[in-house]
Amino acid sequence: MNYPKELFYMKSHEWVKFLDDATALVGISDHAQDALGDLVFVNLPQAEDAVTAGESFADVESVKAVSDVYSPVTGTIAEINEALLDSPELLNQDPYGAWMIKVVNVTDHADLLSAEDYEKMIAEEA
Amino acid sequence: MDETLESRKAPKKQSLQGESFRYQNRGVLTFFQCASVFCYMGDHAKCFGAKEGGSEMELKTPLYDAHVAAGGKIVPFGGYLLPVQYGAGVIAEHMAVRTKAGLFDVSHMGELLLNGKDAFKNLQYLLTNDFTAMADGDCRYSPMCYPTGGVVDDLLVYKYADDDYLLVVNASNRHKDAEWIRGHLQGDVEFRDISDQTAQLALQGPLAHQILEPLVSVGTLPEKYYSFVPYLEVAGIRCLVSRTGYTGEDGYELYCAPEEATELWNKLLEAGEPLGLIPCGLGARDTLRLEAAMPLYGHEMDENITPVETGLGFFVKMDKEDFIGKAAMAAQGKPARKRVGLKLTDRGIAREACDVYAAAEAAEPVGRTTSGTHCPYLGYAVAMALVPVGSAALGTALWIDVRGRRLRAEVVKLPFYKR
Repeated sequence: MNYPKELFYMKSHEWVKFLDDATALVGISDHAQDALGDLVFVNLPQAEDAVTAGESFADVESVKAVSDVYSPVTGTIAEINEALLDSPELLNQDPYGAWMIKVVNVTDHADLLSAEDYEKMIAEEA
Repeated sequence: MDETLESRKAPKKQSLQGESFRYQNRGVLTFFQCASVFCYMGDHAKCFGAKEGGSEMELKTPLYDAHVAAGGKIVPFGGYLLPVQYGAGVIAEHMAVRTKAGLFDVSHMGELLLNGKDAFKNLQYLLTNDFTAMADGDCRYSPMCYPTGGVVDDLLVYKYADDDYLLVVNASNRHKDAEWIRGHLQGDVEFRDISDQTAQLALQGPLAHQILEPLVSVGTLPEKYYSFVPYLEVAGIRCLVSRTGYTGEDGYELYCAPEEATELWNKLLEAGEPLGLIPCGLGARDTLRLEAAMPLYGHEMDENITPVETGLGFFVKMDKEDFIGKAAMAAQGKPARKRVGLKLTDRGIAREACDVYAAAEAAEPVGRTTSGTHCPYLGYAVAMALVPVGSAALGTALWIDVRGRRLRAEVVKLPFYKR
């Protein structure tokens, strides 16, 4: 498993990458995509929707399961990754390249873990 | 009598002790704790002895260690711990069965023996299908009904001889079935549950025959679909082999002694690997049967749904002598609702138990989905649903509520996939 150092992680397996203090990309971790298995559908919100730290903003569906995805930050969605609508498998193939939403005007964030702590948490769960 | 399926040691009872549900309340992975995720796990809570969300009673099949060693993700199902998928993933496993071959552990299925002078008479009364013109070595599918016409279970009958039958039933219904059958036996008949003494593997896919043939004596495999050979050595292991399956593909189901199951599993994999055979889990088993529109007990039929409503009227022989459920189904006449196939035309995936509406804005649902998934081979989402006959015509547009969103779907011909 791969957990890039420049990202922060939620206990619920989302990652966030801060482009600057008020702008962030959000996706799901390598561990999450592996545990979920083949993803076949992503239900994304729309640009200009508000997101709240710790609240669900999207869901991802594998062949057998649907799961909520939680936002690590509070802010406004500037952009969604539309490529995922046609190719949800990108989340499996490149979990850190396949960001789901770009959030601007970030005012708050949830409890976040460093890559090291996140990896430790997963190791403890295993 | 059938020595192969008898006098075997029962598998050891094992407990889960939290091995399986370690992802509880972990956000995106929360699904691991949610019994509704794997739609077929709905049965799990109901099944005999198993405790909801918990874990004291699940049994391991004889192949449990082989599954773990092969990287299987283990989940409880029907009272057993079974792999939902292996490393390849559900889609790759599904595609292997459609294009090459896949190997499933279906040892959780129940095996019941019915024999004696009056065995035939009992079958005719207990089951809705007609077993009159059935040759030795044939398999026949049938629902088993309550007096109300609701379904106790659906099962496969294997005929050894006029007075000797094997019944293969759903794992989660095994004890209920055995109790039901015992309670209705008449005359000179003996009935035994040999599930714990029987392992079952399913080798499925267009290359199944090519893989199995070199492992048996020339010309001994059952040729006809829905026929079986009671005793056959497969790679030196004594098996009952039938040309049956639950995937919509050609294939075989092999029954053997539990203590020989791992060896059989390994020998089949070894023989099939060069041809693309891979082990497959419950996830692919469910998507394959759904894509082929094969009904599953607890979904397309249950104690409140008659086989006629499920679209299994062909297996209900109203012109044979009395059988359990006949009077109720005769009184019901043509049912008011039926099972339809739905193809989603909006983006999204409908699962089981979603309300179905006749219009996008309709206030009251007309029916419910019974199963639904994304079909890996077809590449789109489908569902099956029970709807009023008036909404069942091919091409009818219906809307499915998926977590608050109404997704448009169209009634399409079943099966969704046919080889």
